[in-house]
Amino acid sequence: MNIIQQLNEIFIEVLDLETSSLTNETTANNIEEWDSLSHIMLIVAIEKHFKIKFTSREIQQWKNVGEMITCIETKLP
Amino acid sequence: MINFSQLKKNLKKDFSSFKKIKIALLGDSATQFLAQAIRGAGYENSLDLEIWEADFNQIDRQLLDPTSDFFAFKPEITIIFQSSHKLLGYYYQCSKNEQINLASTKIEQLETYIANINQQLSTKIIYYNYTEIDDTIYGNFANNINDSSLFQLRSLNLAIMQLATETQNLFICDLSSIQNRIGRTNFFEPSIYISTEMVLSIPALPEVAARTVDIIAASQGRMKKCLILDLDNTLWGGVIGDDGIANIEIGNLGIGKAFTEFQRWIKALKNRGIILAICSKNDDNIAKEPFEKHPDMVLKLDDISVFIANWENKVQNIQSIQSILNIGFDSMVFLDDNPFERNIVKEHLPEICVPELPEDPAEYLEFLYSQNLFETISISQEDNERTKLYQTEAKRVSLKQSFVDEDDFLKSLNMLSFVEGFTTFNTPRVAQLTQRSNQFNLRTIRYSEAEIEKIAHDENFLPLTFTLKDRFGNNGLICIVILQQQSTNRLFIDTWLMSCRVLKRGMENFVLNTIVEYAKKLGFTELIGEYIPTQKNGMVQHHYLNLGFQKTNDLWILDIEKYQPTPTHIQKK
Repeated sequence: MNIIQQLNEIFIEVLDLETSSLTNETTANNIEEWDSLSHIMLIVAIEKHFKIKFTSREIQQWKNVGEMITCIETKLP
Repeated sequence: MINFSQLKKNLKKDFSSFKKIKIALLGDSATQFLAQAIRGAGYENSLDLEIWEADFNQIDRQLLDPTSDFFAFKPEITIIFQSSHKLLGYYYQCSKNEQINLASTKIEQLETYIANINQQLSTKIIYYNYTEIDDTIYGNFANNINDSSLFQLRSLNLAIMQLATETQNLFICDLSSIQNRIGRTNFFEPSIYISTEMVLSIPALPEVAARTVDIIAASQGRMKKCLILDLDNTLWGGVIGDDGIANIEIGNLGIGKAFTEFQRWIKALKNRGIILAICSKNDDNIAKEPFEKHPDMVLKLDDISVFIANWENKVQNIQSIQSILNIGFDSMVFLDDNPFERNIVKEHLPEICVPELPEDPAEYLEFLYSQNLFETISISQEDNERTKLYQTEAKRVSLKQSFVDEDDFLKSLNMLSFVEGFTTFNTPRVAQLTQRSNQFNLRTIRYSEAEIEKIAHDENFLPLTFTLKDRFGNNGLICIVILQQQSTNRLFIDTWLMSCRVLKRGMENFVLNTIVEYAKKLGFTELIGEYIPTQKNGMVQHHYLNLGFQKTNDLWILDIEKYQPTPTHIQKK
């Protein structure tokens, strides 16, 4: 499974969605359940899933899912 | 432990059959997740916690302004969460002189909050104590300097405990202990804190919520009163029937130390007022032998209220224990090393709490510490004597079996009851009984010690307490009646509750005789009773009917003039 597919599953689980079809351009504006609070839960779930750790600056800087994925990629072994 | 996303999922479930409680949550950090976790943990305890959350960092504004939304909401429970981060931030801005007084300044602030709250509301206050942050400005030497932040934080935690001993409606939720147990790196997540102002990490939330709800549940009378224990490989290592008294592991033998320390903990629970019962598959005399003869046994037969060792199944035996003690299954904890026995008990008696003991006895204690099974919100003198009370009850049960005629049995008990109002001596016990009694309780109104004191001095109320003593021993204070004057001739029974220890002794009749006697003397002509059903007080649904009250709408009325006292075998002192 590539990263975006794995993220889809995490989004479904954490945000309690029926389906999820993220693209690199998806932002929080496109998904109603993705608010500042659920964002925190997504981060914690993504960190746990990929066994990585984001810095607080990274958490605040992503503009869309694509940037999130780029960030995850740099941290994977 | 259930995790935060599971707690969050609880929020969508059906709370409609649960008891509703109004909770106010005030914090100086972001508390949205905490509010969700607490409501979710409430679901796990069958409580519908309706949470009103103050806006971020509005504690002063809400608690110091008598017209604030907080006071308008009228919470039954008020949670105040002031974080160590804010404390430390404040500390750094203080002058050296202010730093030295930080703990006392903060305590004064808390006292002001409490005074303001208590002026308008009757609410229980839950205050989160401070988790330690060692900023290492002075290194270990911070312990030698009384203006170091660590010195002040620890002083503050101690001062809050002191304040709680003097403030009847203040309860501490021990955040510091939670952090000690799960570790600061699990408790606090710096990147999340910087982005969101949340000082609790996602994994810490369920722990904090559970401890908070423990206090709330205890305030509703949901407390564990009895611990039922298996013997082989639970209280000692090995099997007494096979290994013999010389070879069971306790004391210095094998991993005996684990069992010795476990027994010390159980003994401390017993001394606090938790009733101990034994339920073991063994021959009775073999099972009792270690208690009588083994020098390293911490627990003795004296510590056990009900001892059942036989080859019947444990479900039946626990039912027998329950019928002797006469307390709800939901106030019992069952500890057994054997998963098979645990599952059978869980399946047949779902209300009993059956912790999943770890396989290694060395882990028992740390595991049980983490479960916080025995939360309480008050302690009274009688707690220390409870074991004896139930042991004598077991003796009474066996005497009763020797009488054919119930009346002869009651006569032979030589019962004596002492009747008085509320006094400074009985106030703690009275408040505790109103908080804990669930079964024989007509209206289930819970009172704090402060409220009981108010009633004692209010002319509109006539409070009565009853003790019961017999040839086997003193049951202590076992019945409370609070009568409220509704008009010059009507007297309303606001509270009538009794300990289930004294059922079937004619106590109900004795109490009514006494009430009528007082009421007559004061010139009342009508006594009004009310039954408010709960999940647990079904046993008294016909209470007023049985005593000769007439039903009118939802109330029960007794004509005092016409009442003929029912004879009992209880003497009044």
